Amino acid sequence: MAKKGYDAGVKEYRDTYWMPEYEPVDTDILACFKITPQPGVPREEVAAAVAAESSTGTWTTVWTDLLTDLDHYKGRAYRIEDVPGSDDAIYAFIAYPIDLFEEGSIVNVLTSLVGNVFGFKALRALRLEDIRFPIAYVMTCGGPPNGIQVERDKMNKYGRPMLGCTIKPKLGLSAKNYGRACYEGLRGGLDFTKDDENVNSQPFMRWRDRFGFVQDAIERAEKETGERKGHYLNVTAPTPEEMYKRAEYAKELGTPIIMHDFFTAGFTANTGLANWCRDNGLLLHIHRAMHAVVDRNPNHGIHFRVLAKCLRLSGGDHMHSGTVVGKLEGDRDSTLGWIDCMRDSFIKEDRSRGIFFDQDFGAMPGMLPVASGGIHVWHMPALVNIFGDDSVLQFGGGTLGHPWGNAAGAAANRVAVEACVEARNAGRDLEKESKDILTNAAKHSPELKVAMETWKEIKFEFDTVDKLDIQHK
Amino acid sequence: MSKVQDYPSRLSDNASRKFETFSYLPAMTDKQIREQVQYIVDQGYNPGVEHTEVENATGNYWYMWKLPMFGETDIDTILAECKACHDANPDNHVRLIGYDNYAQSQGASMVIYRGKGFK
Repeated sequence: MAKKGYDAGVKEYRDTYWMPEYEPVDTDILACFKITPQPGVPREEVAAAVAAESSTGTWTTVWTDLLTDLDHYKGRAYRIEDVPGSDDAIYAFIAYPIDLFEEGSIVNVLTSLVGNVFGFKALRALRLEDIRFPIAYVMTCGGPPNGIQVERDKMNKYGRPMLGCTIKPKLGLSAKNYGRACYEGLRGGLDFTKDDENVNSQPFMRWRDRFGFVQDAIERAEKETGERKGHYLNVTAPTPEEMYKRAEYAKELGTPIIMHDFFTAGFTANTGLANWCRDNGLLLHIHRAMHAVVDRNPNHGIHFRVLAKCLRLSGGDHMHSGTVVGKLEGDRDSTLGWIDCMRDSFIKEDRSRGIFFDQDFGAMPGMLPVASGGIHVWHMPALVNIFGDDSVLQFGGGTLGHPWGNAAGAAANRVAVEACVEARNAGRDLEKESKDILTNAAKHSPELKVAMETWKEIKFEFDTVDKLDIQHK
Repeated sequence: MSKVQDYPSRLSDNASRKFETFSYLPAMTDKQIREQVQYIVDQGYNPGVEHTEVENATGNYWYMWKLPMFGETDIDTILAECKACHDANPDNHVRLIGYDNYAQSQGASMVIYRGKGFK
């Protein structure tokens, strides 16, 4: 019986939700928001408003508040920091008690944390920079259906990054011609080929036809090379029922890996499919179409490191991470931060990589980051250096665009990656000696030599839009 | 089209079979092999030797040569064991594995002696 009587009306949020004295406990879910307030709104009030609107609060006091222990259930804004390099934005740190969230439901966490509050008028902009999931919550989630170690054992790939290739043109090939493109890439030395994200089941190539021809390509390439091969068969579909139907057929064919677009399909579908993959022993490749809509604006939306953590909890064995060096956005330090979030068991707070909290994933397996988008053999040394062995390096145009065709393009990439790994193991500096390492490898590989001539001058040097916040004045 | 080179891999040609990491590079020199063994030691991996007939190279398991050399860090000892395996099974692929206890996986796996018919 704490308070006496019901006081109708509007209270300032900070009276209830700003608690600078609060010490977060180990079971709290912690969030760091970057808030740009409307002019004149005090920073404590705006931080408290975000805490309220993303947890128990509404704009006015209601009598039913008094039927529960709101002091237990409320989100607490416990710290505010200046954002380096910005005059008006702040970081607000908010702690949420674990019982605000359904166990194992990323859907529920996001519905609270990035729900209504993002449209709140007192804010000019709002960005969820990072989340700390307590280990107690992590253990309620399924996570990656297999994980890196299991995938290496199943695919028999050790001591090097795996190689992939997205089949192009993205749209318009018949199933049989498409399977041909896969076969050529796989026989040339790739580990995986991949459906592009928008390849689902269009009139020009229905999914069942594609699955059949591609599986034939995999099996022949395995016989020919003596190595294990896979193709990410995209089971993303208009309904969950249809998605499972496609996944079941993929399993029937005996294919090792399927694929899903987690963001357009949603976390409900993704978590269900991850559970299905765990039950049925298939690897799960995750594409991230639509992510840049919410994660690229530095002031508004959700940072990609949050999406990466959420996806790891929801479940996936591969996840696209950006390349740093290719055609798509991605700051280097920031990328190193979120690939740690994908792979490591424990990630320490490190502001220089944009990591705001210690994050313990405990026994949850890691995901392989997939570097894909505008990369070619000349990028290989930098990619091996940035991503290390536990990654998939994916060359689409950089395989298929080889003047002698896909098999030669694949062989060029395979020779290049092995030469880089060999040089790294021998203690050489990959990025400084890149030209020498590749040139030397090309002496024994006409395919690599031609690839190097073809893509000699192609670079993508544009400034990154979403940079880490640093003091620049 | 005359400038386009054919990709010569064939189902009918056993030498077209690959054997994973480093099988797309020419066979390593003794110096290169030493560097790779040094890497395995430097990473703290436990070295182990395996071998198999070239036609049986695709399965999960090859013959284990004795037991993995737990805690062995002497390059010459490791190389001598690879050679002993090769001498006893001259037609077989002989590979050196670096077991990574922490990842519960193999941190490295490379064929050191290529089997009969492989350059």
